[in-house]
Amino acid sequence: MTRERMVNAAMLLILIAFPLWAWAADEPFMITLATKAVILALAGVGLNIALGLGGMISLGHAAFFGIGGYAMGVLASHAQNFDPILEGPFLIEGTNSMPIIWLTAIIASGLAALAIGAISIRTTGAYFIMITLAFGQMLFFFAISWPAYGGEDGLSIWVRNEFPGLNTLDPIQFYAIAFTILCAVLILTARLAKSPFGLALNAARQTEIRVETVGISPYKLRLIAFTISGMITGLAGALFADLNRFVSPTMLSWQTSGEIMIFVILGGVARLFGPVVGAVLFILLEHLLGGISDYWHIYLGALLLVIVLFARGGIIGVLAGREAKHG
Amino acid sequence: MTFILFAEQVLNGLQLGVMLFLMAAGLTLVFGVMGLINLAHGSLFMVGAFAAAAVAGATGSFLLALAAALAAAAAAGAIVEVVVIRRLYNRDHLDQVLATFALILIFSEGTRFIFGSFPLFLDTPDWLSGPVTLPGGIQYPIYRLALIVVGLVVALGLYLLITRTRLGIQIRAGENDREMIAALGVDISKLYTIVFALGAALAGLAGALVGAIQSVEVGMGEPILILAFVVIVIGGIGSIRGALVGAILVGLTDTLGGLLLPSFFRTFMEASAASAVGSGLASMSIYILMAVVLMLRPTGLFGAKA
Repeated sequence: MTRERMVNAAMLLILIAFPLWAWAADEPFMITLATKAVILALAGVGLNIALGLGGMISLGHAAFFGIGGYAMGVLASHAQNFDPILEGPFLIEGTNSMPIIWLTAIIASGLAALAIGAISIRTTGAYFIMITLAFGQMLFFFAISWPAYGGEDGLSIWVRNEFPGLNTLDPIQFYAIAFTILCAVLILTARLAKSPFGLALNAARQTEIRVETVGISPYKLRLIAFTISGMITGLAGALFADLNRFVSPTMLSWQTSGEIMIFVILGGVARLFGPVVGAVLFILLEHLLGGISDYWHIYLGALLLVIVLFARGGIIGVLAGREAKHG
Repeated sequence: MTFILFAEQVLNGLQLGVMLFLMAAGLTLVFGVMGLINLAHGSLFMVGAFAAAAVAGATGSFLLALAAALAAAAAAGAIVEVVVIRRLYNRDHLDQVLATFALILIFSEGTRFIFGSFPLFLDTPDWLSGPVTLPGGIQYPIYRLALIVVGLVVALGLYLLITRTRLGIQIRAGENDREMIAALGVDISKLYTIVFALGAALAGLAGALVGAIQSVEVGMGEPILILAFVVIVIGGIGSIRGALVGAILVGLTDTLGGLLLPSFFRTFMEASAASAVGSGLASMSIYILMAVVLMLRPTGLFGAKA
């Protein structure tokens, strides 16, 4: 067992033990905090596929996070108002079933990622960063100026959506849903990275021209990776909106993109558990420092600077050494 | 729609454009010479606005406020360059994005800590208040007209600085080959600090000038920063000329889009739906412009071929 695996196993144990402790101690707020960390980790795992595996520095993943959130908001708001989304030519009604919402979120954010990626991946380097940022802003402003779904004020959903057989309003059961999804996606990501596709993607990040020489199009590889990445982040957005029972343009703002990127970097780029460790640490810092000072972002900024300047490889890089360092 | 309304909006677009140019010039210069993506450029804009508002509040003089904005932003830029930015030149873009994102957090919360959460106000001076009548009977605020003039003068000054002075030669040489000019005896790290401080001063000036027509508050820098990114992506990263053309294009598109699109949709939709769709599309219009430019020219209008 490598040291990185031990760190990963410890992280998993914490994510199982902590909520169970909070459940036994009757601390629902702590469970909600853990749920938030797990959902944000999922968003980071999505970004990590583009960023870590594909080497695409996307500063616009809030777009997919927000689209996932709005998929939930739109479907659930139509369901709670008994107001069909579309009446003719065929009837589309809102829903409050989580699986359908998730599927919609994944499809919608996947389509958005495909469209945004198709244009953005033609560019590289600084252009790519700025164009993804700009597309994120485009959706942000669109959400603000589109009055049908709350505009700037956002959209509140009164009751959390339903999952067959579970009571989603019970914090520990909702946590179980989020945690299971995170684990499933982590397994999927690990297998993706080792698959021929993942290997080719990794090769395209390192030496583009060699991949081209053996007859694989790096553009296609990246576009597929970017789309998968957007889908996962979109699913996280739907869960996040369900956690808060609220969706607003803030989910689409570029600060959200920056924060998702922080999870990945804090934990360690291209590490399977990087975003998980990063998101947990972020929520922990927010909870602890936020309790001490209203200005906790100063400390977060300082910590981030120190990590970027002196501890490359993030927390996992520090704990587990650099044996599997990418990019 | 009347001609006067249209002309006013064109002037507003120009005014937004030249202010964007002040922001974009620093960004593109820093990228061209040092290869650095600086997200914290918007924070320097904010520093300029706050310095101007504080000095104007204490002394009542608008010119002193502008001088303070230039000095404060340049000083903040120089300090940040020496302490943090300098370590990022040899890093990849990801590290640069994160470190400068961290700087935004520090700048924003630091400013909130010093000045509080409430916005400050910076008044236009008496001698620049009120409207002026332009040929064709257009009533337009003198202050906004002054912004256009200042922006164009700065653009001209920057052009002369880059093409006609010794510093300009060094900057252009630094863009091409930094080892070579270091070998020729130019203190490259001092040059970088000067370039960064120059870009910061321009951002600070823009912050102070714009601060007088909107409120001075924490987070005011980021929306304009992102517009400035769009500008330099359209113009071509590293090109000052591209920044000027891109800034005017973005300024005009944003302003005229907000005016023309809703009335365009009103020609075939009912009014409330038309203004919803129109204003939604108008707010997206500059990003659509950027996407179109990048599809045709992936390195921008004036960018070097990659």
